[in-house]
Amino acid sequence: MTRTPASAMLLMYRRDLVLAFRHWDQIAQPVVFFAMVTTLFPLAISPELGQLRELAGGILWVAALLAALLGLEFLFRADHADGTLEQMMISGQPLALLAIAKGAAHWTACGLPLVLVSPLLAVSLGVPGAALCTVVVSLALGTGILSALGAIGAALTLGLRRGSVLLSLLVLPLAMPALIFGARAIDMAIRGEEAGGPLLLLAAMLVLAMTLAPLAIAAALRISAE
Amino acid sequence: MLRGVSFAAAAGELLHVAGPNGAGKTTLLRVCAGLLTPEQGAVTWRGKPIAADRDAYAAAFSYLGHSDGLKPDFTSRENLAFEVGLRRVVAAAEADATLAQVGLAGAEDQLARSLSAGQRRRLALARVMLAGTALWILDEPFTNLDAAGVAMVAGIVAEHAEAGGAVMFAAHQAPAIPRRPVRRVELA
Repeated sequence: MTRTPASAMLLMYRRDLVLAFRHWDQIAQPVVFFAMVTTLFPLAISPELGQLRELAGGILWVAALLAALLGLEFLFRADHADGTLEQMMISGQPLALLAIAKGAAHWTACGLPLVLVSPLLAVSLGVPGAALCTVVVSLALGTGILSALGAIGAALTLGLRRGSVLLSLLVLPLAMPALIFGARAIDMAIRGEEAGGPLLLLAAMLVLAMTLAPLAIAAALRISAE
Repeated sequence: MLRGVSFAAAAGELLHVAGPNGAGKTTLLRVCAGLLTPEQGAVTWRGKPIAADRDAYAAAFSYLGHSDGLKPDFTSRENLAFEVGLRRVVAAAEADATLAQVGLAGAEDQLARSLSAGQRRRLALARVMLAGTALWILDEPFTNLDAAGVAMVAGIVAEHAEAGGAVMFAAHQAPAIPRRPVRRVELA
């Protein structure tokens, strides 16, 4: 029985998650990094909650972006090294769809844990309870955007020996618009204003990234594999 | 690297790509697999250039490269289920039967990282066999194998050709393939 593209995507998603959980340290690393960086700020600036609250949106977003960046390098590297990426390209399934599945699995393993711990870290920065929902939603959208953009960068830097620095240089500028709107949304929610506008813009960015990135990832993978 | 190379493979045919180190055997195989785009010339499959519909062509062949294309953190069974699974749904019994055929009975639940190089080669061959494609492109399928393994692979290759499949393989020294003639493509 041949495999339909949709079922191949599901299989790919499951495969990457199984692999991710066999290397649980790779899942734990970004979360620990995220927690460490956010706890550095009260030590460096001031433990006074009023002051931290002013900066909370920016702190959470910058820390989450950097943490999410940590795991990106591994997205295609292992598959490239052991030859399974090559097999993926000639599996007869559309590479762009497999890239979506891989990106989704990466987000589940690296982005989602960051989103889940974010309310806790937000509270420690003095974010009021009413704004926590905005923190979670904005980071969920933001890590999704970063997974999609980062996958392009990871695919492009695949053949390079020391690709991680180049990867950050490639991806972070592209993530700046998301950072602006994401941090702003949290800021507005903390002030008690309606944060729907920037969140909708973030959602639009995510949809755009999810639609176009797979094509770019597939093309980049083919170039890197040659 | 490759210049003036032209050949065709028919159903049931065995093609041995031979040549000294650096002659471009792997390059030729990768071009045939569509993993490398030739600067000039074209590869055609059933009369159509492969670049026209990559995915349809990819579904018609399986490729065994220099690297085995196996996940070290998966067991033999999982490797077949996930890696062949992208092409078609593999029943557990079918996978186990193929593992037994390549001499990996008993190693079904062993992680690929703990298999020997020869065993990994066998597992990679099982992946090719299970894919159920007409054309096999095998790059050095006999490396790391013991004498019994080499004879086994030769037998499997012959069987595939007898069933109407085509096999194109690169090898420094190819063993005798039982019952089937082998055509040599010599790269200078």
